[in-house]
Amino acid sequence: MQQPMVEFKNVIKEYDDVQILKGIDIALEKGKFYTLLGPSGCGKTTILRIIAGFTNASAGDVLFEGQKMNDLPANKRQVNTVFQDYALFPHLNVFENVAFGLNLRKVKKAAIKEKVIEALKLVRLAGYENREISELSGGQQQRVAIARALANEPKVLLLDEPLSALDMKLRKDMQYELRDLQQRLGITFLFVTHDQEEALAMSDEIFVMNEGRVLQSGTPVDIYDEPINHFVADFIGESNILPGKMVADYQVEMVGKQFECADAGMRVNEAVEVVLRPEDLDIVAVDQGQLVVTVDTQLFRGDYYEITAYDADQNRWLIHSTNPAKDGQRVGLFFEPEDVHIMRFGESEEDFDARLESYEEED
Amino acid sequence: MRKKQWLYYLPYALWLILFVLAPVALIVYQSFFDINGHATLVNYTTYFQSGTYLKMTLNSLWYAFLITLITLLISYPTAYWLHQTKHKQLWLLLIILPTWINLLLKAYAFIGIFSQDGAINHFLGWFGIGPQQILFTNFSFLVVATYIEIPFMILPIFNSLEELNPSLVNASRDLGASNWQTFTKVILPLTMAGVKAGIQAIFIPSLSLFMLTRLIGGNRVITLGTAIEEHFLTTMNWGMGSTIGVVLIVAMGLIMLVTGEQKAKKKVTNK
Repeated sequence: MQQPMVEFKNVIKEYDDVQILKGIDIALEKGKFYTLLGPSGCGKTTILRIIAGFTNASAGDVLFEGQKMNDLPANKRQVNTVFQDYALFPHLNVFENVAFGLNLRKVKKAAIKEKVIEALKLVRLAGYENREISELSGGQQQRVAIARALANEPKVLLLDEPLSALDMKLRKDMQYELRDLQQRLGITFLFVTHDQEEALAMSDEIFVMNEGRVLQSGTPVDIYDEPINHFVADFIGESNILPGKMVADYQVEMVGKQFECADAGMRVNEAVEVVLRPEDLDIVAVDQGQLVVTVDTQLFRGDYYEITAYDADQNRWLIHSTNPAKDGQRVGLFFEPEDVHIMRFGESEEDFDARLESYEEED
Repeated sequence: MRKKQWLYYLPYALWLILFVLAPVALIVYQSFFDINGHATLVNYTTYFQSGTYLKMTLNSLWYAFLITLITLLISYPTAYWLHQTKHKQLWLLLIILPTWINLLLKAYAFIGIFSQDGAINHFLGWFGIGPQQILFTNFSFLVVATYIEIPFMILPIFNSLEELNPSLVNASRDLGASNWQTFTKVILPLTMAGVKAGIQAIFIPSLSLFMLTRLIGGNRVITLGTAIEEHFLTTMNWGMGSTIGVVLIVAMGLIMLVTGEQKAKKKVTNK
């Protein structure tokens, strides 16, 4: 494995005796798009601020290309930040904003001009050099903020919920653009968001955080398909989470019935939680279903119907279907064994990975 | 309902007419009469041809400038420190507190402190370098005037610092600026509005300070304020006093123009 660009070793952050970060170990490699995902107050922005140098870790080491940088001031770090509120200088115009960092480094005037124009071209704002910041729309300000950070040629770009102030359509466009920008430039992006869709769409790797800890890290697909616990399953996408019991390897009992599943390596009769994604549930005729449920309500979401149904034990089931159902209708539910994901209580990420590896090798 | 709206403005409009517009009109009117009540321009020709008045004007400007400069040099760092300190409200209260006390009382307190057997001379006496003449010097005048004006400079600067978006400071650091560069390139330009407001609040009143020049400065510093007082109360030449008043009003207007918010394209909007 190559030298990580940024590495956290058991980083702890405390404010007034409250632990914001409870031992963070993460490593960011060169040229990848990382996302810190979690609800507000989970510590994700604190991680960003520690990397940027706006605040210091209370304990633990922060390494940049293998060198400890705990006490390096923010202006000496080869990282740049795109702020949530953009933090563009209101007394400077677009050109002066983008040139701010270059001017400080005593770059020649001609070279500055070239780099600023190049950076603005990169974010598709060529020709906006002489505009005042107050004349720009939110989306344009966003781009200027990105251009300003990129003009400094950072090795790592930190993005603090930069899309949260944009409207839905613009946000989606910017997701594509950011992803494209990162791949073209080949620099490490660390993106902070509480929006799981954003994280899934853009990232090479996601760190799911809650209450000062990284709960799970992995590719978007891994995290979506194999959530480690209730929190991750609930936070990433929609899910049906039901209590269950492992009867044997690849055999789980829930809602009073036994089902085949794709997980193994647990104790016999161990209590577990079972996750079924709503889009993995197919509505079939009553006699063909593994379960029979009664449709309660449905919402039209544009690209699918979100159907709420209850089974005989009054468990609530969420189903995404491209076809509408009738309220009060009894329908069968069908799902494949690999749609049934098992989560153990209190399993650490290491144990989880080890268990997955142990039986995936057998297959 | 809408027709009666003007009623709300009436009390203040009356106030404005009676105590602001009318006196200004009267001063302008008076300035065109000589001591014997004849309409004339002689007051203005005297003013602009006499070396004494011009020297007084320069004196006023010079001392107002010094007071403003010293106040600014003390107030900006204070406001900056205040902005970053923990118990802002308490410190702010302590800074505002002296402004609640009557100006005369403060002046008399300083007479006591600066006098031959005052606190400062006692202190100097311990080192064998006292007593010194402190009261009735230009130095004591500047000290007291600055002391009195400081809160009026700290407050607008403090407010503009508080309005400054802290992520702009972080952004500047993030882009590679040292603390000093951040100050000169981001913090100072964005708090200029507060500095200008402070300068207006101090320079203009300082032009016509007269009580302090007498009580603390011992009439060594003669400003336009002193001259106006002399003309109205001693020589009874109201016309000449009014002329000086008109000159002061014009000077104030000019300063407002210079330090005021330019309507240029550089509109500073702190988000």
